[in-house]
Amino acid sequence: MSTTAPVGTGPRPTIVLVGHGMVGQRFLEALAERGLTATHRVVVLCEEPRPAYDRVALTSYFSGKTPEDLSMTDMAFIEKEGIELYIGDPAETVDREARRVTAKSGQVFEYDILVLATGSYPFVPPVPNKDAEGCFVYRTIEDLLAIEEYAKTKATTGAVVGGGLLGLEAAGALKGLGLNAHIVEFAPRLMPVQVDDGGGAALLRTIENMGLTVHTGVGTQEIVTDESGAVTGMKLSDGSELATDMVVFSAGVRPRDQLARDCGLTVGERGGITVDEQCRTVNDPHVFAIGECALAADGRVYGLVAPGYEQAETAAATIAADEAAFTGADLSTKLKLLGVDVASFGDAHGATEDCLDVVYSDSRAGLYKKLVIGRDGTLLGGILVGDAEAYGTLKAFTGSVPPVSPESLVLPAGAGESVQLGPTALPDDAIICSCNNVRKGTIRSAVTDHQCTTVPEVKKCTKAGTTCGSCVKVLGQLVNAELEASGVEVDKGLCGCFGQTRQELYEIVLALRITSYQDLLDRYGREGARGGDGCEICKPAVGSIIASLAPTLGVSGYVLEGEQASLQDTNDHFLANLQKNGSYSIVPRIPGGEITPEKLIVIGEVARDFGLYTKITGGQRIDLFGARVEQLPMIWARLVDAGFESGHAYGKALRTVKSCVGQTWCRYGVQDSVRMAIDLELRYRGLRSPHKLKSAVSGCQRECAEAQSKDFGVIATANGWNLYVGGNGGATPRHADLLAQDLSDAELIRLIDRFLMFYIRTADRLERTSTWLERIEGGLDHVRDVVVHDSLGICDELEKLMADHVANYRDEWAETINDPEKLARFVSFVNAPDTPDPLVSFVPERDQIKPDLPLLTIGTRPLEGTATR
Amino acid sequence: MTLAPETTDLKVQLLLDGTGDWFTVCDLARLTPGRGVAALLPDGRQAAIFLDRSGRLYAIDNRDPFTGAAVLSRGLLGSAQGRPFVASPLLKQRFDLESGKCLDDEEVAVTAYEVRSAGVAA
Ligand code: SRM
Ligand SMILES: Cc1cc2nc3c(=O)[nH]c(=O)nc-3n(C[C@H](O)[C@H](O)[C@H](O)COP(=O)(O)OP(=O)(O)OC[C@H]3O[C@@H](n4cnc5c(N)ncnc54)[C@H](O)[C@@H]3O)c2cc1C
Ligand code: SF4
Ligand code: FES
Repeated sequence: MSTTAPVGTGPRPTIVLVGHGMVGQRFLEALAERGLTATHRVVVLCEEPRPAYDRVALTSYFSGKTPEDLSMTDMAFIEKEGIELYIGDPAETVDREARRVTAKSGQVFEYDILVLATGSYPFVPPVPNKDAEGCFVYRTIEDLLAIEEYAKTKATTGAVVGGGLLGLEAAGALKGLGLNAHIVEFAPRLMPVQVDDGGGAALLRTIENMGLTVHTGVGTQEIVTDESGAVTGMKLSDGSELATDMVVFSAGVRPRDQLARDCGLTVGERGGITVDEQCRTVNDPHVFAIGECALAADGRVYGLVAPGYEQAETAAATIAADEAAFTGADLSTKLKLLGVDVASFGDAHGATEDCLDVVYSDSRAGLYKKLVIGRDGTLLGGILVGDAEAYGTLKAFTGSVPPVSPESLVLPAGAGESVQLGPTALPDDAIICSCNNVRKGTIRSAVTDHQCTTVPEVKKCTKAGTTCGSCVKVLGQLVNAELEASGVEVDKGLCGCFGQTRQELYEIVLALRITSYQDLLDRYGREGARGGDGCEICKPAVGSIIASLAPTLGVSGYVLEGEQASLQDTNDHFLANLQKNGSYSIVPRIPGGEITPEKLIVIGEVARDFGLYTKITGGQRIDLFGARVEQLPMIWARLVDAGFESGHAYGKALRTVKSCVGQTWCRYGVQDSVRMAIDLELRYRGLRSPHKLKSAVSGCQRECAEAQSKDFGVIATANGWNLYVGGNGGATPRHADLLAQDLSDAELIRLIDRFLMFYIRTADRLERTSTWLERIEGGLDHVRDVVVHDSLGICDELEKLMADHVANYRDEWAETINDPEKLARFVSFVNAPDTPDPLVSFVPERDQIKPDLPLLTIGTRPLEGTATR
Repeated sequence: MTLAPETTDLKVQLLLDGTGDWFTVCDLARLTPGRGVAALLPDGRQAAIFLDRSGRLYAIDNRDPFTGAAVLSRGLLGSAQGRPFVASPLLKQRFDLESGKCLDDEEVAVTAYEVRSAGVAA
């Protein structure tokens, strides 16, 4: 892909950037900020098949991020700045005499300034068979896709060579892919560079508890293969052999300086292009090197992104003839490796003369915290393993004498005199975001001088928090503290219209029997919002509160009735899920996932007759995609006729209760899990709640229905049912907690009634039971007290609310197709009810349809994802 | 909002740019306060028409510039600092209903139309 520079501006000096990685991209942004993209032609040679992406977050691919999510390159930026970006076309030779770069494609570019940002390559120790099938490295998205493919098809065990930062990440990825993962580390402890023996020991215990096998103090001698040449194991230096189906080398990185060597630039003894403090190569004033390929003026090659960013800024400033220098950088890091917090900062290993240690260690809890303190009490550095909560504050205090005793900073909360040092205690020049070198003062002035009032605004304004994200927590505290200090009360209100939380609004609606949104807004809204039209946040939230309390308030619970219709998000308003091209999907309820052949045939016939795309969902039912808005009533008329009802896939309501086949068929089952799943689904269907609700019932402890990942999950025991609550899949998975054991059918249902109604009453908007359980004061114990032991004396009321809901449930779709006035809304055009929206169009794929997306892009900007809820 | 009996015959009309003609869309009674409807214009373009709680009408282009889909009429209406807006139902960007300007990205805007309700002889 390329964009051409505007013509007719006369010859402009050319900057050629080789390497479009993280640092290269930052360099381009710095050029643009300094106006250099306007005065220069900028050419970028990018070797990888995609523009710059977030390598630091590579591993998040395994927790659901897509390669697109990882992208750091806004193509609109590249286009706007007139940058010529050549993807998949690496530089092959540099002729410094002629100032000319030749790319692999044969293109030749003359440069006035050449910037090398070629990064590193993974070091693979020269052991026999290191290139065998099943051997990988871990650096690029392509590496990761290859590892995933191999792990899924050919491997059950995987070994990582190297127990450093990247090695642990790679091992975590292998484990996440379902392999038995081993780590082989030559040094006597894990993460030898960042942590000391004590920290390594705490880390080791925690990582072994997760089911990874760690071999320290042994080297890899040879990769063993079978006749076909595929990996079967590895020989270790202690004589033992480890059986494994794949090997990932993660034994460090080396600067990619070959291009520089070939054109006669000086490189360091252990690699790295030698540059001065301005990041200019020492041999050639026209050539710069930045990022991991550079050997900085302080004699170091930095393997972290933050110093690379600083070098990018320095090079851009120097090119703009501004003064700048890169004299060295802090190597502090905070990582979440396999879910364990690990941080090291400053002089972590106590290299300073006469320094003293303060150590807190609790091997049972996998905690290790060490602070290095100077003679005069100055905090010099430290290591935190297992709990790195204090990292942001401690790092910022490094180099000064903290205002409280160092012990109190590492003791866990509740242990004697632990002190929470708020970020307010920090000096203004403390660095809060080390990735982007943002100081506390800059963040404060973003709030005071630039009127930023939220973390996203401050991020945009200062760049703080936009890289590794580890500083965002402190950032939030600082923004709030600053707002409070300037007299702004930190607002916990639902939105710009209401100063109350969702829970407070629920109580108001219930106590005063308020049945109208407008009434609530005009009486209890914020001053300026009264009499107005509300907003897209509070309307559905209040709509949901009124709907969940409808029988108690004495109003219809039908979401298309009267004012309710104007409060619903588009999905609820059309009782279907809006898709990216404006069409809708339809999910009929299939309680417990049990369905007769007749009903399956009806779904098949309806899908065929209306040309819909069909897919089995993750919730044990069938989704029909590609319906136009005007087809929804006709489709539902057929479905309702066959005995189907709304599956509420569109609502913040009960979704599915999954089941396993259970006692009826399964040789292990101890209760009838299908029947219980159907009972629960029919009981709670249609219940509007702060967020969606999911459930499952398993017939025995083998848990085939995955009940422990649900908002309320049920597992059969020989004596009855165990009830688990607060489970979640999604982006932040959480295992459910056991609420009560060995319940009878009636006890189980009574407890779920109470639990759900208590959640609906007290949760925030869009807060799943998992986050609610973590947030609510007292947590699980408190919830158990309330719903099991009735500590608040509200259980009768909760049960009554649920009984009202159950008694008043009606199917929304059956009600809608019988109401001509409501049906009139199901048209693409109010003035042409029979005309379909021409933009809703489909093209074939794998014998079905998919949206014709190119049609949508005509005349619009590139898609930008923001909030999707 | 209840419509007074004499207003039930009122029609929603849109001023077509360029021509100076008022284009009749539908009965005012077809609009729900706080929500929109989509209208097909003679040149094939689509307009999203909204009614706020005080009975004022607004019209902007129906096409969401962020996704290309014609869905703005299905967004929720709101007001901030006294100015009405609609939030796109797809990715939730908000658009000022009077000017068509996107409130979340100053470089983006949609066309705003003049719209009125008028008694029209049957
Ligand atoms: C259709 C389906 C995917 C599939 O093809 O299988 C699906 C599709 C969507 N999911 Fe899902 N999810 C589907 C099962 C799941 C599951 C699996 C499950 O339920 O067992 C999960 C993880 C379990 C969980 O929720 O804890 C899941 C976690 C999410 C999340 C993350 C929730 C979270 O708490 O982090 C979202 C986003 C959200 O709700 O904010 C989401 C949101 C969505 C939305 C609504 C996104 C959107 O706003 O457009 C998708 C629209 C569906 C549509 O248009 O019809 N979907 N989604 C599945 C429908 C199940 C059903 O029959 O109702
Ligand atoms: C899994 C993983 C996790 C990490 N975690 C962290 C972390 O938590 N914190 C942290 O600070 N750092 C972390 N890092 C390191 C961080 O990613 C690097 O420091 C950073 O990417 C360096 O940026 P760069 O632009 O110098 O190199 P790169 O991002 O590697 O970019 C260099 C680019 O140049 C290209 N290239 C090379 N030669 C040529 C050529 N001849 N022509 C054209 N293009 C060429 C390469 O293909 C590559 O795309 C991690 C790295 C990995 C792999
Ligand atoms: S959870 Fe138990 S009863 Fe249900 S299918 Fe699995 S093994 Fe059988
Ligand atoms: S410290 Fe990495 S984003 Fe701020």
